[in-house]
Amino acid sequence: MSTNTENMEDLVGKDYEHGFVTDIDADTVAPGLNEETIAFISKKKEEPEWLLEWRLKAYRHWLTMEDPTWAHLDIEHIDYQAISYYSAPKSKDDGPKSLDEVDPKLLETYEKLGIPLQEQKFLAGVAVDAVFDSVSVATTFKGKLADAGVIFCSFSEAVKEHPELVKKYLGTVVPAADNFFGALNSAVFTDGSFVYIPKGVRCPMELSTYFRINASNTGQFERTLIIADEKSHVSYLEGCTAPMRDENQLHAAVVELVALEDAEIKYSTVQNWYPGDENGVGGIYNFVTKRADCRGNNSKVSWTQVETGSAITWKYPSCILKGDNSVGEFYSVAVTNNHQQADTGTKMIHIGKNTSSTIISKGISARHAQQSYRGLVKISKSAENARNYTQCDSLLMGDKCGAHTFPYIEAKNSSATVEHEATTSKIGDDQLFYCMQRGIKEEDAVNMIVNGFCKEVFKELPMEFAVEAQKLLGITLEGAVG
Amino acid sequence: MSQDIQNYISDFDQLKNDDWFAKNRQSALNLFKDTGFPSSRLENWKYTDVRPIKKKSFSNVTEADVSVIADEINAIRFDGLDCIEVVFINGVFSKEHSSLEELDNGLVVENMLDALANDKDLLAKHLTKYADDKISPFTALNTAFIQNGTFINVSANTVIEKPINILYLSKESNSALATHPRNLIVMGENSEATVIESYIGLDDANYFTNAVTEVSLSTNAILKHYKIQQESLNAYHIGNLNVMQGKDSKLESHSISLGGALVRNDIHGQLAAEGAEIIMNGLYMTGDKQHVDNHTRVDHLKPRTLSTENYRGVLNGKSRAVFNGKVIVHKDAQKIEAHQNNANLLLSDDAEIDTKPELEIYADDVKCTHGATVGQLDQNMLFYLRSRAIDEETARSLLTYAFADELISNISFAPIRNRLERLVIGQLPDAALIREFTNE
Amino acid sequence: MLKIENLHAKIGNKEILKGLNLSVNAGEVHAIMGPNGSGKSTLANVLAGRNGYDVTKGTVEYEGKNLLELAPEERAWAGVFLAFQYPVEIPGVNNVYLLKAAVNAVRKYRGEPELDAVEFLGLIKEKMKIVKMKEDLLNRSVNEGFSGGEKKRNEIFQMSVLEPKLAILDETDSGLDIDALKIVSEGVNSLRNEERSIILVTHYQRLLDYIKPDHVHVLSNGKIIKSGGPDLALELEEKGYDWIKEEAA
Repeated sequence: MSTNTENMEDLVGKDYEHGFVTDIDADTVAPGLNEETIAFISKKKEEPEWLLEWRLKAYRHWLTMEDPTWAHLDIEHIDYQAISYYSAPKSKDDGPKSLDEVDPKLLETYEKLGIPLQEQKFLAGVAVDAVFDSVSVATTFKGKLADAGVIFCSFSEAVKEHPELVKKYLGTVVPAADNFFGALNSAVFTDGSFVYIPKGVRCPMELSTYFRINASNTGQFERTLIIADEKSHVSYLEGCTAPMRDENQLHAAVVELVALEDAEIKYSTVQNWYPGDENGVGGIYNFVTKRADCRGNNSKVSWTQVETGSAITWKYPSCILKGDNSVGEFYSVAVTNNHQQADTGTKMIHIGKNTSSTIISKGISARHAQQSYRGLVKISKSAENARNYTQCDSLLMGDKCGAHTFPYIEAKNSSATVEHEATTSKIGDDQLFYCMQRGIKEEDAVNMIVNGFCKEVFKELPMEFAVEAQKLLGITLEGAVG
Repeated sequence: MSQDIQNYISDFDQLKNDDWFAKNRQSALNLFKDTGFPSSRLENWKYTDVRPIKKKSFSNVTEADVSVIADEINAIRFDGLDCIEVVFINGVFSKEHSSLEELDNGLVVENMLDALANDKDLLAKHLTKYADDKISPFTALNTAFIQNGTFINVSANTVIEKPINILYLSKESNSALATHPRNLIVMGENSEATVIESYIGLDDANYFTNAVTEVSLSTNAILKHYKIQQESLNAYHIGNLNVMQGKDSKLESHSISLGGALVRNDIHGQLAAEGAEIIMNGLYMTGDKQHVDNHTRVDHLKPRTLSTENYRGVLNGKSRAVFNGKVIVHKDAQKIEAHQNNANLLLSDDAEIDTKPELEIYADDVKCTHGATVGQLDQNMLFYLRSRAIDEETARSLLTYAFADELISNISFAPIRNRLERLVIGQLPDAALIREFTNE
Repeated sequence: MLKIENLHAKIGNKEILKGLNLSVNAGEVHAIMGPNGSGKSTLANVLAGRNGYDVTKGTVEYEGKNLLELAPEERAWAGVFLAFQYPVEIPGVNNVYLLKAAVNAVRKYRGEPELDAVEFLGLIKEKMKIVKMKEDLLNRSVNEGFSGGEKKRNEIFQMSVLEPKLAILDETDSGLDIDALKIVSEGVNSLRNEERSIILVTHYQRLLDYIKPDHVHVLSNGKIIKSGGPDLALELEEKGYDWIKEEAA
């Protein structure tokens, strides 16, 4: 937790730790988006006809849609024709069968980022499906998972190996025409992760995927689909860092979760993409659609996110609580510094009886950053005895930043109980003084207080993530107080 | 130009519009022509669909002389409240029923038409300066039709003890009427006053009230403002209160909404100088198919300003209520405290509440909180009462009443408080039971 | 007066009472003691009819009636009074109004004429002396802003006004300092008579120094595992609960 005592400006000026570029001869399609581009992607990935049709349908709908402008974000116009929609690292034949076959340069990249893939196997209980640009290049721990009957593979592999599952569930949580960025993703997604946990199985390890963005000007369109069959349980971790770039890079992912009866999915994210420099130049545009469908009775989905990166974040991991007694949770820490902008929150849609949801959102805004919590709690007429509790706190650091709260509550059932509380303040001078009087340096004191502020969320993260998250928080906020 | 605003335009042409204010009316009408009625696609109107108002063809030209008998007015007066009364019947000022003689020194209370003629300088300085025609098409529409309404001017260092009670009464007439009352309250330095605006339907007439009130508070001025909305259950009511506050001034606003088929109340407070404070209390009780929308917005424009807001709703039948409270702390407005709370009781499965407490904060030395709840009566309280021999039905009514009464009990004028308590009880199921219970 | 046989009760899926037997005759004072989590408060709440407690087996007979069939207010009309461990605050509901409504509801049930305001005020003035209630507390909302001790006193005050046949005092001693404990105990003692039965639910023996019970029962794991006279309480104070649990096991 403790940080060194370099002067604030030095700390703030510190380069993005993960900012370097790997030189790989990518197989990149020329920029531009039309039906041919989509056909190219689909062909390149040897997809069945129905999937191409699905993509094209999404694309045609997307053409009729407009960029959403309702978020509290200042987004420069995005030229979707200037983006290249496919980029795959070159590899021999059908791709690597084992780690030994992986491009050594890639492995080197991971090592620089502190994820020595070679050693991943020795890390207890963590399987890694690393996505480099748009194609999965390495997957480990397959054997152990296969023994349990768990399917954990890249999305493209799932299309080939488990088409019936993909066809049955794809687009059932986030329909192709759901929203602007979701539709775009449906049209041009390149790869992502696929997880299926069979009935009654408790996934024997935490599943994790590291997403990265590399090739210049390449939008990344991940598609993730996780299905937890009846009475199953899975914990999925997603984390990412990205190399430094001047241009804004668009990232529009879609994550779909399906929880059947008595199933539980825990989805944790640490997002640390390049936020741009201190003048707001560069950085990732992170426009993500994440949604869970608690389809079965007694199902549960828990979203935990620590968002410290990206120039702009637009993200609302949501739960549709269809099954009776189903439970949705959203725990979020979002940190914005310098010129970062974030508009994030969740939607809890209560449909089933006795459904309950909890929302804990902690926002920290520093310097010139603007951050908004945006949430919807909807109690349908059918949702007898639905319960929601929302706690939404914002911490401000510096007089040029902003913190905003936009919670929507819509209730149509008289037996429902909804409670929303929000606070916005700066770090208490008395708290800081107390710590400093006890001999703690100001920056450490701030760190302690901020970590305390976020504690409720951190405790929801798997251990190794919690440590990383705390570290990230410190780095992101270095020099923000003074 | 769409058909639904046509009759507003032709009615406008029939109005006498040859005074110094004519230009302003015309440009407001032009603005309304451009925008038309707001659509529910707009965020600000997301939960309120004004198409019923749009579809209905109201007459904006009032032919006065609907006779209201004194008994009808007596029935709605506050028992035991010694006040200055300004009465409008179907939008037209009634000198006969008003009591504007022998006003205190330093106080002007007059009909807006008279004020336009008598107090041109003051009006030119204040009228239309606080309610922005561009923000709501209804405000623009009101400005286009400024004729009747109340102008109040309280001079510096003047304390007016008697409340000023403005009654807008509506009654069935030959054609469905639209009225556009416009009020302007100007308070000088160190002045104090209490103003009550009551909008009351005397029968179940179908009409449309589109009211706008502008308030200017100079340094240290204190205004207590009550709005009691008791329109007919077939009436549409759009009301807009806009306040500009000077240094250390204080506005206490109480907004009670009981009537109306489709109601929208907007309050916009601008804390434009240090030390300004606004308190907003609101109560809405809905039943049948009523739709009541309360929107409030506070702009903390300067440091050391304070806002406190507490709105409560009790919803029954197939009614729907909307609450949207927005607090904006502007850049460099430090040392701000803003607290907001909205609590709702849903008594029926066919009722709906949509609530949205919003904070937009661009300064850091702030203490802002908001809370919103939707729920039922507290089970522990219910059990406690029942274990004290109170039957369940009575216990429920009693707790519902207590929930609403928390907002009324802090009203300082007993006659207003008592009348509101009676009105609130009257709105509740088992009114007779609670009356019995609360009558000593 | 009260006969509990083989009472089993659950909260959610958790069984708390597991076959409890207890007989209370008119005029008796029974103390129910037991460690935390033994089911003391559950017993009190089941007798008063709180929601969320599921009686799965057994019977409770009160003055020849099946108590479990009655709504909470019907039990109150029939003379059952629960002094709450945590009296709830009810903003907006005046203390005196509540009491007047309660008294008249009970009187109506008994076929007695309702009290008018003057009679009622006379009654409460007299009863207030019993627990030394401050008058200003009366005109506040129910329990709102009361200190812990004031809340407990208010409970006993209500008991004195309502004159129940069976009073159940749930941990009435908890949170009281010694002076308040004396006042509350004196209040309870003054309400003892041949017709009124009292069940004292308590964790500590302390209360029994002031209110002498006729019978003492030890509740553990949902059952009464030992009964005796006042001496049993002293023995518990000295030795704790463990020895009885062992003895019973």
